[in-house]
Amino acid sequence: MTEPIVLLDPTSERSGAMRSRTAAPASLEGLTVGLLDISKGRGDKFLDRMEVLFGERGITVERFAKPTFAKKAPDDLAAAIAERCDIVVEALAD
Amino acid sequence: MHLPEEGLILVVKHDCETCRMIAPLAADLERRGLLRVVFSQDDPAFPPGLQVADDRELEASWTLQTEIVPTLLRREGGRETARVVGWHRQEWQALTGLNDIGGDLPPERPGCGSLSVSPGMAEELQVRYGSTGLGAREIAVDFPEDPFEQMFDRGWTDGLPVVPPTPARVLRMLQGTRREPDDILGMIPPSGEVCTVEKAAINAVMAGCRPDYFPVVLAALDAALDPDFALQGLMSTTMGAGICIIVNGPIARRIGVNSGFNALGHGFRANATIARALQLMVINIGGAVPGGMDRSTMGHPGKFGLCFAEDESDPDWTPLAQSRGVPAGHSAVTVFGFCGTSINNAEKAREPVELSRQIGLCLNAVYHPGLAGGGLGAVLVLSGEYGRIYREAGWPRAQVEAAIHKATERPRNHLIADYMGDEAIGEPGEAIAKFAEGDLLVVRAGSNAGLFSTIIHGWSSGPRGSQPVTREVLP
Repeated sequence: MTEPIVLLDPTSERSGAMRSRTAAPASLEGLTVGLLDISKGRGDKFLDRMEVLFGERGITVERFAKPTFAKKAPDDLAAAIAERCDIVVEALAD
Repeated sequence: MHLPEEGLILVVKHDCETCRMIAPLAADLERRGLLRVVFSQDDPAFPPGLQVADDRELEASWTLQTEIVPTLLRREGGRETARVVGWHRQEWQALTGLNDIGGDLPPERPGCGSLSVSPGMAEELQVRYGSTGLGAREIAVDFPEDPFEQMFDRGWTDGLPVVPPTPARVLRMLQGTRREPDDILGMIPPSGEVCTVEKAAINAVMAGCRPDYFPVVLAALDAALDPDFALQGLMSTTMGAGICIIVNGPIARRIGVNSGFNALGHGFRANATIARALQLMVINIGGAVPGGMDRSTMGHPGKFGLCFAEDESDPDWTPLAQSRGVPAGHSAVTVFGFCGTSINNAEKAREPVELSRQIGLCLNAVYHPGLAGGGLGAVLVLSGEYGRIYREAGWPRAQVEAAIHKATERPRNHLIADYMGDEAIGEPGEAIAKFAEGDLLVVRAGSNAGLFSTIIHGWSSGPRGSQPVTREVLP
């Protein structure tokens, strides 16, 4: 009756790979926890408190900060966190 | 469709005076056994008395690359060896080898346009009979399914209907640029997926752009992908940011980007669709879907897109693009990440000092009246009447900007000084201006009636946020 209309796909034609979440460790003993400040206002205050609480439990902590929350973390920063930490706490605050 | 390997081929249409004039001649050539086939574009009964090949589908006309009718051509060994367009007695005689034809006709007469090259037809025929060279996935929507509903269902829209991106429309959009369809323009956040010229063209078609808008769309995308613009943050912020595009230079007038009445509003195709094209790319390729990677708490109407031209009618006013380094006479776009607009009224101000003071007061509302000292951005749009006040006082751009900048100053102890990171930004009581250098853009737009300015409110600005980016518009 009427020819089909052909549309061109406006998307990237790719769907993101689904990765399963890493299982939470049963214990933090012996692990290094990264504290990542994304540079939002007062995020550092939250992380300061976290550092104290982890310290009281004898857990090793390393501090990191993104230059700005507005942009992706630089690759070197992401690599450093991955190399030196077992888990990371990222502070999104305001 | 069959093309003879040898002999003469004629392409005509009834709706062409020259074709009707040479019709008896075609019959003569057929009687002499020279004319192998006549393709008629609009009437299989024309020319009368001949065996005519019906070419209303224009396959032969397209295959023979016919631009004018009548076209008479000779093929030998399956290849074209000679062609005459229109009527020219000597050329027809040379091509046919007959010195006695057309003596009763005028010496020459121009032909008419072939239906195969009528506006929009060439791309339709290329899709039907040729190769488009396009790489995007094709999705066939069978009758009676509605393609508009399909596009909604697939999540390809901003909530309003979009133009179906058929291969022919996309080919026409690609005519608007010299760039190749598979050129990579960059990776669009938040997803970071690759955008090619072809994908940009598809989204521009859907937005409703004309092909001559496409260079502006590409320049705006290039500007938005500059790392300084921080599109990743803009498209995922809870604050809800859109992209404002300000067009400068001759292309604005050429394609009709409005800078006058309702410049920031509706009613003008170039304004509405250029902005929308960029927004659709961010949705469809960047994946900035509300509630998904677009985390806008509320959003604002400008997230459908905002594009306008600066009013460059005042020769004493330096246009924005020139103030940012683009040579005069060149066209450019400036992109600015924004979170809404507000209109301000200073009708009692009649001279530039008081006008600047009132504008400064209004600008203090950007983001929060208690925030100043940088990290904030805005575009201030001055109407024609405001422009007149400054012009009559002889104030050039730099003086206007400096006065307004100064007028935003507030004592530090009136500010929420620690909000932006606890940095000491001065002694208590010290005057702090609202914006850091480069974070307030001043442009002229709107009609010449009305003492208004509009503030386009920015997002987080400066090196830690989104900075305005200017790009020249290239063919």
